[in-house]
Amino acid sequence: MSLYSLSLSEMAEGLRAGEFSCEELTQSSVDRIGATQPAINALTTDSFEQALAQAREVDARPAGRSWQPLEGIPFLHKDIFCTEGVTTSCGSKMLANFVPPYSATVHQKLRDQGAVCVGKTNMDEFAMGSSNENSYFGPVRNPWNTDRVTGGSSGGSAAAVAARWTPFATGTDTGGSVRQPAAFCGLTGIKPTYGRVSRWGIVAFASSLDQAGIIARSAHDCALGLGAIAGFDPQDSTSVDRPVPDYAAGLQSSLEGVRVGVPDEYFGEGIETPVADLAHAAIDDLAKAGAQIERVSLPHAHLAVPTYYIVAPAEASSNLSRFDGVRYGYRCENPRDLTDLYMRSRGEGFGTEVKRRILVGTYALSAGYYDAFYLKAQRVRRLIAADFEQAFEKVDVLVGPTTPTPAFEVGEKAHDPVSMYMADINTTALNLAGLPGLSMPVGQVDGLPVGMQVIGNYFDEGRILNVAHQYQQLTSWHTAAPEMLS
Amino acid sequence: MLCYVAVFVTQLMTMSDFRPKVATTARLARLEIVTERMDQYAEEFAQILEFVGQLESVDTDGVEPMAHPLDLVQRLRPDAVQPLESTAAYTDLAPESEDNLYLVPRVVE
Repeated sequence: MSLYSLSLSEMAEGLRAGEFSCEELTQSSVDRIGATQPAINALTTDSFEQALAQAREVDARPAGRSWQPLEGIPFLHKDIFCTEGVTTSCGSKMLANFVPPYSATVHQKLRDQGAVCVGKTNMDEFAMGSSNENSYFGPVRNPWNTDRVTGGSSGGSAAAVAARWTPFATGTDTGGSVRQPAAFCGLTGIKPTYGRVSRWGIVAFASSLDQAGIIARSAHDCALGLGAIAGFDPQDSTSVDRPVPDYAAGLQSSLEGVRVGVPDEYFGEGIETPVADLAHAAIDDLAKAGAQIERVSLPHAHLAVPTYYIVAPAEASSNLSRFDGVRYGYRCENPRDLTDLYMRSRGEGFGTEVKRRILVGTYALSAGYYDAFYLKAQRVRRLIAADFEQAFEKVDVLVGPTTPTPAFEVGEKAHDPVSMYMADINTTALNLAGLPGLSMPVGQVDGLPVGMQVIGNYFDEGRILNVAHQYQQLTSWHTAAPEMLS
Repeated sequence: MLCYVAVFVTQLMTMSDFRPKVATTARLARLEIVTERMDQYAEEFAQILEFVGQLESVDTDGVEPMAHPLDLVQRLRPDAVQPLESTAAYTDLAPESEDNLYLVPRVVE
């Protein structure tokens, strides 16, 4: 078996036992990327040289030392995390040549652990998209079927892990951007509670919704990744100061007596029957493992997508005003005056979906419309969060299909923004409320993976990881690999 | 009630009415929309506003707006100087800079 295809735990064990070196492991990942990048387009920038140099440093450390959990393990960053000295494009022409002078806290934490970053992954421009077709660097292709999308916006990270480039990758999730591509690519992906992971050094999209997460092949590997990146950061004023549990050590609890809520609304209009059937089958498996299944209701769930598509563009329009063609990023040729410089640098530097959202967001915040759109959305946001609060009085976790369908075809929804937005029907509400959620694979439809979402109460990442881990002890969907790459 | 009237009015407008609205909004956002793409943006803008307009019918009387998850209070840090090692590391990122200054087209004649 090639080194690149080992699981994270197998890699860690092999390194510790001296079966292979970190340089050999990293080189295996580099070779794998080179061989499969043309088919899936998941990479934007490589950092192979830095990675191999870091791997040699790991190899030079004394044998028999105490290893950190991710020491020597190769990984990839979504190209939204600032990496000092390595281009951070955010999938945009605007930042195509941006080389940050500092690194995101998430990157620093992973480096401090000894994890080896081999490159940056393709993504929807500024994390705006549900198919990874909005990238300046072209669409990412799903390793399960290259005519299909990967989901978005962390589509490159999901495709890379599915293609066995590295055992885990980082992502960010503003409305489903970790969970939805994880579902489409047969992976486990976790979006933690808002404030659990520092946002410092992550290019901002919608600051009250953005949260970094991990995409990996199992709940266990997600637990290791999340443990490495979570924690308080004085550089992020919204980062929450509370201890980080040992998530991997907490994966031993039985599901006996765990109360699993099934919201009727998550099986409603638009959810394809085979997807719903697989989620129900997974819920039956949880019940067999001792979980108590209860029906619950989230009466405002259907309002999450329209609410999200006011709140997120409004915040984005404000955040993206920093891209002005003056201090960094793209500048147009021969500006006539300062206004022309602003308008053309932004008009030429941003892609269609980003411009669309800046327009909607600016409109929603403008005089005369602020109350009707933005304030109204904020009020509905509270109703959506209150639904969850009431549900969690009765149950420990909530479950339902992550997405309404398996991965759709490249180009299928590209010209219908509202139809594309509905791909997020079961994922956006968590971001509005700030809750943690993960997606895990629970089956396949026509050879395409289907994911089920497990939602937890605030800071209850340990519990949802354990539910997923227990499910993965009983089933093998998470071990399935795309055929084209075997 | 004025705000609800605004939503209602947008729903009655036809696509062509959205062109000036998009143009004004683009100007506010300092975002060039090229003429040949204006119809497409106006059409999609109309669709999106119609879609998000469904919130209008939700009863939110007495509901406090939620700006932020966890209703966090802004934390303050000590007001202490944190010197940058090199300002050049930042100004060098600019498309045009000189002597630690960002260069833009002349703004005062």
